Amino acid sequence: MPDTEFEPQIIAFCCMHCAYAAADLAGSSRHEYPVSLKIVALPCTGRTDMGHILKTFEDGADGVLVAGCLTGRCHYQSGNLYAKQRVEYVGDLLEQIGLQHERLRMINVSAGMGARFAELASEFTETIKLLGPTGLTKKPRSKEIPLAPEKSTKLMQSTLAKNEQIIHWVDPKSIGKSVA
Amino acid sequence: MTQQLATENKTTESELKAGSNLERILAAGQFAVTGEIGPPKNFDVEVIHRKVSLLKGYVDAANITDNQTGIVRMSSIGAGILIINQGLEPVIQLTCRDRNRLAMQSDILGAAAHGIKNVLCLSGDHQSFGNHPGAKNVHDLDSMQLMRMLQEMRDKNQFQCGEEIAGGGPPLFIGAAANPFADPVELRPLRLKKKAIAGANFVQTQIIYDMDRFKQYMKKSVDLGVTETVSVLAGVGPLKSAGMARYMRDNVPGMTVPDEIIERMEDAVQGISSEDKKARMAASRAEGIRICIEQIEQLKEVEGVAGIHIMAIEWEEAIKPIVTSAGLYPRPVCDS
Amino acid sequence: MIVADQKPIEDIKQMLRGKRKVLAVGCGTCVAVCFAGGKREVGLLCSALRMATDLAGEPVEIDETVVQRECEQEYIEHLGERLDEYDAILSLGCGVGVQSLADSFPNTRVLPALNTKFMGAPSGQGVWEERCQGCGNCLLEYTGGICPISRCPKQLMNGPCGGTDQGGRCEVDPEIPCAWYNIWARMDNLNIQDELMEIHPPKDWSTSRDGGMRRIVRKDLQKPELDEGDS
Repeated sequence: MPDTEFEPQIIAFCCMHCAYAAADLAGSSRHEYPVSLKIVALPCTGRTDMGHILKTFEDGADGVLVAGCLTGRCHYQSGNLYAKQRVEYVGDLLEQIGLQHERLRMINVSAGMGARFAELASEFTETIKLLGPTGLTKKPRSKEIPLAPEKSTKLMQSTLAKNEQIIHWVDPKSIGKSVA
Repeated sequence: MTQQLATENKTTESELKAGSNLERILAAGQFAVTGEIGPPKNFDVEVIHRKVSLLKGYVDAANITDNQTGIVRMSSIGAGILIINQGLEPVIQLTCRDRNRLAMQSDILGAAAHGIKNVLCLSGDHQSFGNHPGAKNVHDLDSMQLMRMLQEMRDKNQFQCGEEIAGGGPPLFIGAAANPFADPVELRPLRLKKKAIAGANFVQTQIIYDMDRFKQYMKKSVDLGVTETVSVLAGVGPLKSAGMARYMRDNVPGMTVPDEIIERMEDAVQGISSEDKKARMAASRAEGIRICIEQIEQLKEVEGVAGIHIMAIEWEEAIKPIVTSAGLYPRPVCDS
Repeated sequence: MIVADQKPIEDIKQMLRGKRKVLAVGCGTCVAVCFAGGKREVGLLCSALRMATDLAGEPVEIDETVVQRECEQEYIEHLGERLDEYDAILSLGCGVGVQSLADSFPNTRVLPALNTKFMGAPSGQGVWEERCQGCGNCLLEYTGGICPISRCPKQLMNGPCGGTDQGGRCEVDPEIPCAWYNIWARMDNLNIQDELMEIHPPKDWSTSRDGGMRRIVRKDLQKPELDEGDS
């Protein structure tokens, strides 16, 4: 047995309209969930990019949670349904990669379900603890090769445009998370 | 030598296309009967001999399937030659799936050299249903174009490219298949007409269980004048069991098997212990044969029907009782 | 457009065995709009491959780039400057793109990450269907604008066959509609159904791939050669 218990790195992509608020509520109403869970706020889980999920694993996450509104309650009608499909797709991809699809899960909560959020987050963390580390050796990510400047700038203006990342990372402490 | 014989036939009986037994029977206005022989999945001659012994004398000609359902079997022409030697006339099936126009024409010349005259032109079941689903299909021609090509070989003495067949074209009695029930149903009589235009001399239909729908189909076909140039042989097939009836209803495109027929097949085994498989099978098959005979009796009365084509799939033993009980035995002899 | 989809990760992983460093090249044209080989898919696939090869104990370093049109030399030639550091190019272009890369870079191995499927169009969100096989002798004029060469599994020119199921589905795959069912319906709608009673003659397949690799030469577009007298 290792000296220290495995503390998994878990990233939760949370919809601002529900899960993000639920996490906040969990904190303020003192429902505990694991400290290792880090929250990324999205305007809607429909914004979930499959590439973001994979890169999250590549950058060292042991589990990824996508938390959206209850079915039928999406602020944008069907964003959470799209997210569900993408989570299923990436889950299959994880299996092909050699990672377990259980490392990725979609949950649905409302803004008022703070306790439920804490419960699901803890349960997921336990699952990941049982699965253990991903086994990936951490490496610097590869570089993106810019296109030949002189020839392709004109042709390629749009493709060259930097893909602005509209995700913003939130410090878990700032949303009243309380696990000692 | 055979080639000479064939040419002789053609010159002496100019009114006949090929002078095959099937053609003579139809030309004489007799109610024709054809059967079907599926060649073995090996080169066992005995299988052919056994099946010939069950059909000979009870049918005017027997279809020899061509890799039916896309499963590799002894070639239809090879099996057809064996059958001729046994004294039964073959109807060679020729699919567009496995050959291009070169192979088709050379095969037809080879078949004609062996005395084969009846050819049934088919597009062929798709290879995905068979045992080589990864095969490349050909479909250089479709069945209409195949019929037209054979017609021009026979009547114009020319290959598909227009080049002359020195020494004359092969004597052929050209057949087509028709599914009266596939969607869109309203176009099926038109399609039959198109096959007549393409060069069909006779047509064999898909197995018929729904007599009412078939009668409607025939009515329209007769009205279109199809039967003036084409002999329609109505397809029949004895059911082995209620399960087979349901399977055909559910899995064969366009096929409707009326509830009444399924009920009759179910009733046939009522009261027989499910333990006694043999007795159940016998009762079930007897009922299947009875239904088939009744259908033939009805078909004889349908305007435009020139005969029947019996498809007793892997059950050639059924041919004899069906033909006999339907009053179609002995088969007429039409001497040349 | 040309429609493609990605090969299974396992297949690509096999191709990459023994390679240390690979350049993945996506294409911003057809395969980008069918979500198989554009910028987003390059990112997704490369991320997956880096992890998969790492977990297999044979990590491959993979760099990513996208060109606007992988099938044209002008758009890919700049890649040549960097190729020394790579063991291979992994192309996320169609089969044409893969070959253009191979033609341009004779000293670099080019591997296909996609299976090129067909020339087609989206028939709904997330669904693409074949519409053309490039037979080189278009017959849509006779078939009401619906192509039986690409849409009928038997390529019938005088269809339909007897395998049309209820509602006009093809027996080969109930998910695909019978092309000939639709041809008849459409020509009926246009009141030109009687044209279908004509037997369409055998097709000249020499303009199709049966005639060998096809080529189009347009003299009017070629670089003019300077004659001596023209100076």
